[in-house]
Amino acid sequence: MGMKSKEKMIVKGKRLDGRNPDEIREIEMKVGVIPNANGSAQVSFGRTTAVAAVYGPRILHPRRLQEPNTAIIRCRYNMAPFSVDERIRPGPSRRETEISKVTRLALEPALFLEKYPETVVDIYIEIIQADGSTRVTGINAASLALADAGVPMRDLVVGLSGGKLDDTIIIDLCGKEDNYSVADIPIAFLPRKNEITLLQMDGQMNPDEVKTIVKNVLNAGKKVYEKQKEVLKKKYHK
Amino acid sequence: MMTEVRKIVLPGEVLGDSKEKKSGYGTFEEDGRVISKFIGIPKEARDYISVIPLSGVYIPKRQDKVIGFITDVERVGWVVDINSPWLAFLPVSEAVDEFIDLKKTDITRFYDVEDVIYAQVDNVKRADIKLTMNTPVARKLRGGITVKIAPSKVPRLIGKEGSMINTIKDKTNTIIRVGQNGVVWLSGEGVKKAIKAIRMVDEKSHIIGLTDEITKLLSD
Repeated sequence: MGMKSKEKMIVKGKRLDGRNPDEIREIEMKVGVIPNANGSAQVSFGRTTAVAAVYGPRILHPRRLQEPNTAIIRCRYNMAPFSVDERIRPGPSRRETEISKVTRLALEPALFLEKYPETVVDIYIEIIQADGSTRVTGINAASLALADAGVPMRDLVVGLSGGKLDDTIIIDLCGKEDNYSVADIPIAFLPRKNEITLLQMDGQMNPDEVKTIVKNVLNAGKKVYEKQKEVLKKKYHK
Repeated sequence: MMTEVRKIVLPGEVLGDSKEKKSGYGTFEEDGRVISKFIGIPKEARDYISVIPLSGVYIPKRQDKVIGFITDVERVGWVVDINSPWLAFLPVSEAVDEFIDLKKTDITRFYDVEDVIYAQVDNVKRADIKLTMNTPVARKLRGGITVKIAPSKVPRLIGKEGSMINTIKDKTNTIIRVGQNGVVWLSGEGVKKAIKAIRMVDEKSHIIGLTDEITKLLSD
């Protein structure tokens, strides 16, 4: 962010990995990867890979956290020490704590929790390989895992990032693009009514650019949504 | 192997207009449309659309017959794990017919930790679940082993008027009890084969013609 790169990031309209500005990376999704969890999923956007596991609704301890009218969500976003080039110290950092919280807030509007008083739904998101846009990849994985776990949902949750690199509006940033971008915006939304549940921005842009990115992400997100639906159905259509 | 599969809907999928069809179990209404809450199989009955989920935890209902594991003994009853998000409670008064002087009796002589019981849900108040043994079928299950399946698939395991479960019972010569909470208790000689069949029902509950496949599996 704000870092100046020596090389040009976009040459002749093609990005570092040969993509067009409005092209998303190759997506791979799998459901039911962790047998012990109530629901689980693995999602890859290019070289970014997230694994999510959902446990519950189950009894909540400590009891003082129990809500008498509803279940609560506990969400943990965690980056594996080996997920990036230089080993990161294990354990929750400032960044991971924040992402855990925004992920929880992004998923909460999609869930019906009133039927499960005094319980908790635990969502564990592990980033096992990081190459940009990890929080939205994690949200996609969590969305699939929640559906797989049979937690009642209003809609699936789709996450996708957008940004500005040099002077170009791009979508689905990879690690290097993220580092050298002017700004990046991770977005999560409920696709049926295009309700946005997560929108953060890092960097500087004018309002028109932000609007364009939001529009682009909502459009391209439909592809991610279709992929999610396809994968969930495939689990039962073998 | 290609098999015919029932139609599957996903959370957020629009099932119909709420003017024509009312929203039943597993669905909700929004902007005049009926929408699914679960991954499941849609069912239309009279003027309702409902979705039977393919996964999920057990939510206790009154009158349900469940298999539970005693996890704790208290002064006036037992704490029972019934495979749901909440623990259930079985009071002494609902478990034993005779009069018991609680000051003098150690109630572990009726049920103790790790015992398995077949009981009925007496009452559900939010997260407070009461069990009762005051029903003819309720009993302690001695010996045998238990397996767990998705609670939503219990009706499929039982089949129409018990067709599926009776096939498994007859072919494997085992005693089987199915709790509505997804816990299945088995005892007898063909337990291994029966478990294999039950696992298959759990995994392939959405396939049409499953009873035939089970019969085939059991006749080998």
